[in-house]
Amino acid sequence: MTQYVLRRVVAMVPVLFGISLLVFSLVHLIPGDVAQILLGTQATDQQIETLRRTYGLDRPLPIQYLDWLSHIIQGDFGVSFRTSRPVLPDLVSRFGVTVQLTLLSMLIALVVAVPLGVASAANRGRGSDAVARVVALLGLSVPNFWLGTMLILFVSLVLHWLPPVGFVSLLDNPWLGLQTLILPSLALGTAVAAFIMRMVRSSLLEVLRQDYIRTAHAKGLREGVVLYRHALKNAFIPVLTVIGVQVGYLLGGAVIIESIFSLPGMGRFLLDSINSRDYSIVQGGVLFIALTFSVVNLSVDLVYGWLDPRIRY
Amino acid sequence: MAGSTPASDTRSQFLRRFRRNWIGMAGAIVVLLCVVVAIFAPVLAPYGPEETHPNWKLYGPNEFFLMGTDEFGRDILSRIIFGARISLQVGLISVSLALVLGASAGLVAGFFGGWADAVIMRSMDVLFAFPAILLAIAILAVLGTGIANAMLAIGIVYAPSFARLARASVLSLKEMEFVQAARILGLGPLALLVRHVVPNTLAPMIVQTSFSLSTAILTEAALSFLGLGTPPSVPSWGSMLSASRRYVELDPWPAIFPGLAIMLLVLGFNLFGDGLRDVLDPRLRAGD
Repeated sequence: MTQYVLRRVVAMVPVLFGISLLVFSLVHLIPGDVAQILLGTQATDQQIETLRRTYGLDRPLPIQYLDWLSHIIQGDFGVSFRTSRPVLPDLVSRFGVTVQLTLLSMLIALVVAVPLGVASAANRGRGSDAVARVVALLGLSVPNFWLGTMLILFVSLVLHWLPPVGFVSLLDNPWLGLQTLILPSLALGTAVAAFIMRMVRSSLLEVLRQDYIRTAHAKGLREGVVLYRHALKNAFIPVLTVIGVQVGYLLGGAVIIESIFSLPGMGRFLLDSINSRDYSIVQGGVLFIALTFSVVNLSVDLVYGWLDPRIRY
Repeated sequence: MAGSTPASDTRSQFLRRFRRNWIGMAGAIVVLLCVVVAIFAPVLAPYGPEETHPNWKLYGPNEFFLMGTDEFGRDILSRIIFGARISLQVGLISVSLALVLGASAGLVAGFFGGWADAVIMRSMDVLFAFPAILLAIAILAVLGTGIANAMLAIGIVYAPSFARLARASVLSLKEMEFVQAARILGLGPLALLVRHVVPNTLAPMIVQTSFSLSTAILTEAALSFLGLGTPPSVPSWGSMLSASRRYVELDPWPAIFPGLAIMLLVLGFNLFGDGLRDVLDPRLRAGD
């Protein structure tokens, strides 16, 4: 197991390097001179030159990249071009909001998807299975930003059940926080619930064909015990991989959902920063999300290897 | 076997099995319907997509405008009908791009192995490390907004899944007896790849293409919703939703109908993909 962990971690190094290179290149390919944009059209050449030198923008790109990378490794994400505030503390506090949104979405998705997927597989071919399959496909097909708008429209504006927008952290006030996060999490989690439900269903169908399930039935165990204790446990392993991939969907979807619900999260922060050409925030933020996603996927793979020793070849 | 080649035999078998698959057939009908609407948009739409009716701004559904009008007094139904063109066009072009880019990278990686494999697949891993929509946004920040750039960005973002799929198929095919036999008979690598490997990767590729069409259409709508895809004047479903947000409390209809249109088309491709997978993937066939 230790060897497997080490191998997986080492294999991640070139990917992390590639991620940093891609983020840096993308941001520096964004058209427009940042100094010119920051100072406006009235600025003299002298002022622009000074600003470029202050932020090191006059140096060759490979030097800028290495310099940026060495700072990142030391946890220094630089300062915002606009506000001169250090980037990292802002990223971390914004990220906290996105994490709450992502976790709640995933929780809702799992709570809905797992029982539905099990029920669908257990009733394979019957009417209820067909209905569940079509509902899941509908969930995959609904645009999350439209679902978000509809939820605001009906739940907040028509029924007046919840405040339409705004944010309270779950850590400060769990009850109010839940009220502000429940609609965005529903909008974001629906597609994930659909995806996981389909995966649970097909994975469970695969497992239910195995010999040991027949044995469990043959020795007279009750249907529910066979399904949940014997089958679901084994069927859950491939589902776990899907959960890792879906975290990426949630982190990406958060960009749009946070804008619709005015949540002060990472996604909205990034969109605003792209619009205002605040390089250091965009670089740091995109890198932050890609790293998080990579670490989540690595952890999922490691858990996978721990649960199923067969894949640690 | 009387008179029919094995190829046409499997094809008619496939069609017969697909026709019995109600999920797939439902999807095929929905998609076909949308394609017909897109092609005959100028005939079907009651008004021009840009035509304004100054006295009819933000009217809900009524006898003259079945889905109501937007803030410029344009007919929403007509804009949705023309919007089908944008969604289908973006979907087809961006997924073709992803398919060509991804599949060729994956085929080369899987077939030649070694350094080519390592470099190609690590690059795909890097692309995979970014949430799709975020990478598309970043690419559009570099290229500039617009529908052509959106298609390019979506194509790049979805290429890695095709690459992984193609590579996996090639790796398993390489070990198959008929491929080994062809190699022993002296077939060169390129001929081997084109004649024996590629045709046998088609089934999973077709299924993936159908599902990718649905995600690509959703991604384009999201990008246009953020103002990064089509410009506001173009009748695309995403930008219609984006515009409608400003007055959703005043008149919710312009925010409702384009979303339903997106959902319907995407559902069509998802149903179609599900049906195709049931029929094409023998491993899963027993499951239903």
